Amino acid sequence: MTFEWIQIPYALLTIFIVLNYGLLMTALIAKIAARVGRRHGIPIWQNYADLVKNYGLRSSITHGVMFYMGPVFRLTGGVGLLLFVPTIYGSVMFSNLSFAGDLILALYFVFFGTLGMALGAAESGHPYSAIGITRGLSQVTMAELPLALAVFAVALHYQTLSITEIVAAQQGGFLNWTLFTNPLAVAAAMLAFLGSMMRPPFDVVLAPQEIPIGPPTEYHSSYLALMQTNRVLFPIAKIVVYMNLFFGGATSWPEFFIKVFLIYMVSVLVGVVFPRFRVEQSIRWFMIWAVPIGILAIVLA
Amino acid sequence: MKPELQPRRVTGPDGQEFEVDPLRDYYCEAPPAVHPPAYLKIIEDLFNWARAESIWILGFGTGCGAIEMRPLMTPRFDAYRYGIQWRPTPRQANLFVISGYLSVKTLKRVIRSYEQMQNPKYVVGLGSCTINGGMYWDSYNTIKRLDDYLPVDVYIAGCMPRPESLLHGFMELKRIIRAGQAEGANDYARNFAWYKDNQKRVIHDWDMPDYNW
Ligand code: SF4
Repeated sequence: MTFEWIQIPYALLTIFIVLNYGLLMTALIAKIAARVGRRHGIPIWQNYADLVKNYGLRSSITHGVMFYMGPVFRLTGGVGLLLFVPTIYGSVMFSNLSFAGDLILALYFVFFGTLGMALGAAESGHPYSAIGITRGLSQVTMAELPLALAVFAVALHYQTLSITEIVAAQQGGFLNWTLFTNPLAVAAAMLAFLGSMMRPPFDVVLAPQEIPIGPPTEYHSSYLALMQTNRVLFPIAKIVVYMNLFFGGATSWPEFFIKVFLIYMVSVLVGVVFPRFRVEQSIRWFMIWAVPIGILAIVLA
Repeated sequence: MKPELQPRRVTGPDGQEFEVDPLRDYYCEAPPAVHPPAYLKIIEDLFNWARAESIWILGFGTGCGAIEMRPLMTPRFDAYRYGIQWRPTPRQANLFVISGYLSVKTLKRVIRSYEQMQNPKYVVGLGSCTINGGMYWDSYNTIKRLDDYLPVDVYIAGCMPRPESLLHGFMELKRIIRAGQAEGANDYARNFAWYKDNQKRVIHDWDMPDYNW
């Protein structure tokens, strides 16, 4: 696809829609979780209030340049991931800046934010941040492995590295989805998905009860607000990649909303059932369950 | 002053020698600044609305009253529906609930935590102990009037107050925030010398800088 200037406002529009959707969806999921616990739960617009408040705090302090860059990198990871994959298949407006080799770039962006965060949080000098970062990096690296294997299996399967073409190959009935044509790859990728969503059983990185909140311990005011923005954008961007690769993509916004919600719910459902893993347990778990499936998917492809 | 806070020379792991002055190097000594409301009224109003609807409490309990904060998270009282959450780090918290009597030793930690919070920040005094000493009025080891040491926005009387009155106190705080009157952080910065004077009068082993963000 060739680049045209009109793509930039279109891409901004995509970000705007996805941001609002993300804010509402995470609040909705928190509300569902609260109702399960017989609570009323947060108001549906709570995330907006939190965001505005954090942007509106009057003072902030810094620990150095990397401390600034951490949240910026993180947001870049989320926005970049979103921009380089086609959000809505077949729509000129929402195909964003996708191009032929975007699959590799997408994989890179998934990791980019975590690395930036590691640098930023390390600069803050708080021991809890350091613990959170070591845990986070080892776990994300491990979860990335089955995902990478699955992605390559899919790329081999469709003989292309372009997400758009992969989506195109899955059109025409849900039996054409990778989910049914290559279930092993999808299984490996979904296990990796659980590992990267920061929900139980893999939320030892933030570990709200033991190391207060891990990497963002020292972040506040607008830094925190940037990270909150990313926290709603990034999972959705990742889910878009998954949706495109494995679940047939989306051809319209309603389809997009429903699919993203359902894929998100997978990690939520797993999260409410299983208790938290420690880092070495989760690494072992990925080694034993997810990686072999991924390898098998590649071998069979 | 404790020996580990004295300036000294240390040898790094690579054999290099350098001076360390813990009070200067590990803390920031810049006094707090007054941050007046900076924007147009309509934007300040929006911010005040958001501040009132998103109150993040520092998870730090000082006295018996802290036990009354837990029920607020449970289905019975469920403070989350009012936009109230608990945060584990002072950096991200906006509201400090002083939950009951405050011994001098705890006061020191409270001051440090309070100073790490970002402007605007609020303090709620929970229980009679924070108002006039309560049943610890003649104790040698607790402070009597919280207001002398930190700028308090709302007091909740009782010994101990029920969770309902705590919720009512939060509603009152929300009203104050929305009216733009919760300027405790600026009062603290403006009357910094007076607050420090009071704090140092009771804390005898003052081994930290005057202001440790
Ligand atoms: S007011 Fe009563 S319940 Fe609260 S800290 Fe004082 S003695 Fe304890």
